[in-house]
Amino acid sequence: MELLLAITTGLLYGAGIYMILRRSLVKLIIGLILLGNGANLLIFLVGGIVKGKPPIIPSDSNVILDSYADPVPQALILTAIVISFGLQAFAIVLIKRAYQVVKTDDLDQMNATDEFA
Amino acid sequence: MIPHFLIYPLLFQFALAIVLMFFWRDTRIQRRLSVAGSGIALALAVYLFLQVWHIGTVSFQAGGWQAPFGITLVVDMFSATLVLLTCLLGLAISIFSSASIISERAKFGYFPIYHLLLMGLIGAFITGDIFNLYVWFEIIIISSFVLLTIGGEKPQIESAVKYFTLNILASVIFLTAIAVLYGITGTLNMADLSVKVAASEHKSLINITALIFFVGFGIKSAIFPLYFWLPSSYHTPPAAVSAIFGGLLTKVGVYAMIRVFTLIFIRDAFIDTLLVTIACLTILSGGLGALVQNNIQKVFSFLIICHIGFMIAGLSMHSSLALTGAIFYMIHDIVVKGNLFLVGGLIYKIKGSNSMNDLGGFYGSYPKLSLLMLIPLFSLIGIPPLSGFWPKLSLLKGGFEGQHYILIGFILLGSFLTLFVIAKMWTKVFWKASTGIPRRPNFRYFGDLKFKDKLNMVIPIVILAIVSLYIGFFAEHIQLLSERISFELMHTESYIEAVLGKVIPEIDK
Repeated sequence: MELLLAITTGLLYGAGIYMILRRSLVKLIIGLILLGNGANLLIFLVGGIVKGKPPIIPSDSNVILDSYADPVPQALILTAIVISFGLQAFAIVLIKRAYQVVKTDDLDQMNATDEFA
Repeated sequence: MIPHFLIYPLLFQFALAIVLMFFWRDTRIQRRLSVAGSGIALALAVYLFLQVWHIGTVSFQAGGWQAPFGITLVVDMFSATLVLLTCLLGLAISIFSSASIISERAKFGYFPIYHLLLMGLIGAFITGDIFNLYVWFEIIIISSFVLLTIGGEKPQIESAVKYFTLNILASVIFLTAIAVLYGITGTLNMADLSVKVAASEHKSLINITALIFFVGFGIKSAIFPLYFWLPSSYHTPPAAVSAIFGGLLTKVGVYAMIRVFTLIFIRDAFIDTLLVTIACLTILSGGLGALVQNNIQKVFSFLIICHIGFMIAGLSMHSSLALTGAIFYMIHDIVVKGNLFLVGGLIYKIKGSNSMNDLGGFYGSYPKLSLLMLIPLFSLIGIPPLSGFWPKLSLLKGGFEGQHYILIGFILLGSFLTLFVIAKMWTKVFWKASTGIPRRPNFRYFGDLKFKDKLNMVIPIVILAIVSLYIGFFAEHIQLLSERISFELMHTESYIEAVLGKVIPEIDK
């Protein structure tokens, strides 16, 4: 399972970087989404994967004796997903506006602010 | 005693933003509330600063969860100083915004978002939890996206695409680094990380994580190969927005870098060499970039990059003296850079252009304003006894002490390039005969404004100029403060003790 997740994370990062290096605005956003998902999976992976062991102390004990699933990475991923959802919503509106204003989705054409003036 | 005063500036900015949202359409009330609220926020920040000055590092466990399990907020001298400067610049820019932001922009929530941005900045400075730092960074960038795009002009949208992409990328890299660090140590609390990283056996993996952090923070603070988003975006929004971006946003990256590389990671020769190299190249590329630009705000944008290099240089030399210089430079730079963008904005409002070739004769027509603008410009160069001079003295002394002669050369070159650029600007904008810029239709010139609005655009520049003069003429106060901050950063025991509540045995770093 770890190996599968590791490969998936690597693929997501690789695909994300490939996509943000393309010139199209839409592919740029898709690349950022893939990178964000890759990072979330990475947090999940490095937290250690334990199946079916919730971190709940049994009523007749004071500590968890067995190995348990770490809840912190899941909380982190949840936070990161919510944040990236907001950012993606903004990004999609932004590229729509950019397309309307600049009248192209080619990033190579969007260099007016870098020109010497 | 639980030090509740620690979160007052943060909560106050948040409450202010919410209150401002209730007056969504009524921009007149928003303007007044924003200025009054910023004043109160400054008072709270001064109170926080004085408390921390007297009782030392304080921490606050959110929700009563003991560190390292809950989220910790920690204020040491470094954080308290930066919160104070944030609120000071926040007040000045709030006054400037109240006169310069047109109602068409203010109706889309400029003021609430502005205070949310300030809240994000304060949060990033006081948090003691690395993941919480990530969350504050996200709050900062989403507010800055809105401020950058409000108004929807073509250059704004174009620059927003670049700004957006690079900042999201930086966040993803930062998040990746957090993930790996959590995997190694199993904690997110920065004080706890400091202890666990020092005790960890995976030295090489931790060094790689340090580099991932460096790239993430590097994009945000615009260091050498990662700065291209900055000069292509900072000149596009209104001057008030540029001022808060230029004064504080890149400094959050530098703050995070200084915090992480003094508290958490153990520096080795490779990281030190990397930091020195990056510092040299950042100074050089920022200075050379500023040399060829024609737009005033773009020149200032490149000078931000150049002077970020000075701060990285102070961090890279790994000595208490050089770090003092870097902290002092940061304090000086926040005030001066914020002020310079306001100066650029005022020139734009008066003349209707920011192009140095078109401008001219400013000294002849506005001698008093020109003398006022001289203060931030000369402070930036560091003409003694103005504020830019003293931190460079510490930096150079630290450089000679550590025998970093190449770095000294680059710091001097950077200062010289700054001098040259500002001298060029002074002759072109203030002395050269005016070529007569054609009047733009539908543009509200400074001359057409009401007296109250005129005053509100000049007062913030006066306030910040006075603070600059204070930093310059009473440099021993700031030097004392910087030395204390630098001591606290080099000796992390008090920070760790304030968070974890127990004395940690001396770790051999």
